[in-house]
Amino acid sequence: MVDVALTGTGALPEEMVSRARVLDRLRLGDLVFRNLTRAAAILVLIILSGVIIALVSGSLPALRAFGFNFLIEERWNPVTERFGAIAPIYGTIVTSFLAMFIAVPVGLMIAMFLTELCPMSLRRPIGIAIELLAGIPSIIYGIWGLFVFAPFLQQYVQPGLIALFGNVPILSRLFEGPPYGIGMLTAGLILAIMVLPFITSISRDVFEAVPPVLKEAAYGVGCTTWEVVRYVVLPYTRVGVIGGVMLGLGRALGETMAVTFVIGNAHKISASILAPGTTISATIANEFTEAVGDLYTSSLIALGLILFVITFIVLAIARYLLLRIERRIG
Amino acid sequence: MGLSFAATAFGLGWLVLILGVLLYEGFSGLSLKVFTEMTPPPGSDGGLLNPIIGSLLLTSLAVAIGTPIGMLAGTYMAEYGRHDRLTSIVRFINDILLSAPSIVIGLFVYEIMVYPMGHFSGWAGAVALALIVIPVVVRTTEDMLTLVPNALREAAASIGLPRALMIVRIAYRAARAGILTGVLLAVARISGETAPLLFTALNNQFGGANMNAPISSLPVVIFQFALSPYADWQKLAWTGALIITITVLALSIVARALAATGKQS
Repeated sequence: MVDVALTGTGALPEEMVSRARVLDRLRLGDLVFRNLTRAAAILVLIILSGVIIALVSGSLPALRAFGFNFLIEERWNPVTERFGAIAPIYGTIVTSFLAMFIAVPVGLMIAMFLTELCPMSLRRPIGIAIELLAGIPSIIYGIWGLFVFAPFLQQYVQPGLIALFGNVPILSRLFEGPPYGIGMLTAGLILAIMVLPFITSISRDVFEAVPPVLKEAAYGVGCTTWEVVRYVVLPYTRVGVIGGVMLGLGRALGETMAVTFVIGNAHKISASILAPGTTISATIANEFTEAVGDLYTSSLIALGLILFVITFIVLAIARYLLLRIERRIG
Repeated sequence: MGLSFAATAFGLGWLVLILGVLLYEGFSGLSLKVFTEMTPPPGSDGGLLNPIIGSLLLTSLAVAIGTPIGMLAGTYMAEYGRHDRLTSIVRFINDILLSAPSIVIGLFVYEIMVYPMGHFSGWAGAVALALIVIPVVVRTTEDMLTLVPNALREAAASIGLPRALMIVRIAYRAARAGILTGVLLAVARISGETAPLLFTALNNQFGGANMNAPISSLPVVIFQFALSPYADWQKLAWTGALIITITVLALSIVARALAATGKQS
């Protein structure tokens, strides 16, 4: 069939052969390129499964030795090789919670300012400046926290907190003990500064996606800016905001260097947020290269596994929520 | 509403505070020596030459490894499998990797490279950083290729260009600024990363650019020096911190400018 068509055009057979060869080569190139890109995409999946497999296999010795107790045991004693993860887990959760407690309202406020109140000409520069906060490497927050922020808190803020809450029944437990400067409160505050840009930029993006008609209608019936945000913007963007908050939480949970500098690395659970503590990532960063013995190393990897599982769940929820709002916006 | 103004001032205040202290502390230690001398033992003079070289090596290798893989994966997602199952799974997993704790990446590379090889090495550090580069590049490549108008693709197809050539010659060219932005952002991200290097590249007081041995890098040296009790080491840590921050901020500003020009044209 092809041959008939070819003779019809009067082309020489050799020419056709060479053309077919070129076409074959192009087809081959296309096939190779397609499969190359496919392989790269699959590699992304392999990396994630590799991370999970490596962490699980690395933490097997510890999990076999301690079983479920690993999760609830407070002791962390390299000498007797008794390890338990509850203190770092507790520290991770408390510092992240503190961070979110501060960063969520502030982040939402900034997003609100940027979308509703800020003069147009200032919006971009302020937005960029806030995002630059996200660009500063975490080790910079760490060194700044250790040398500047922690001493400041120790001298001025923490004594005030202790005096202020010292006589309040339940709250006094939270602010017990000497002002060390370093500790869970300091770590939480630094984490708050670090996740602030994530929450701000995502909330700003979803706030901007609110149809202007809705807002104008609300303004039209005499709502104040606050009422518009409270009753129109926030309900409309709820899912996206929660997604952004979860994304920030994922960051806070896994943040390592800044926390390592200021947490104090003490393997104990204290009710007071002024006390030094430790987090999962800080423990790994501090102790991994010095860990002697398989059980010690394995326990640290098991901590890493716990951290990965927690952040995986939080991030998966965040992505799911953000995906939902993306679909709605279209 | 005054509150939201206060919140913004609060957010910007931190930026000013951190950068201010950094400039103040870092600049006083900044001199030519920092770039020409090796890290000193405590109590004597020195610079940051070996960690700077180490960081440059690690970063460029990580980008060299991570960018092609990330671009290819992003290409598959945007060009070949835009609507298939694999793409949506990869996109989800990639987003998770994008914000996964970097210390876990370090543990992973320790398990697959450092432990089997029996020693810490620069290669392990570069691979750890590459694993952080990949998701960033995948994400931007996919996003940017999706923005390329389909009319360009159809025009290429109508003159008989095979798909692979269409992607390489047309789509990549149209998305060039965006993809480059992604790579720059990835560089900015990894040049400050410390956690994944702690137990892969480790540190090396004596310089050397041997990728098969432990190699020093700026962030790890800052970590070590800042936590040391020696004043001159702490001083160097501040200077190193200033160098990193300026680099990172410059990179992200350039990336932003690039993205802005890309959008206009």
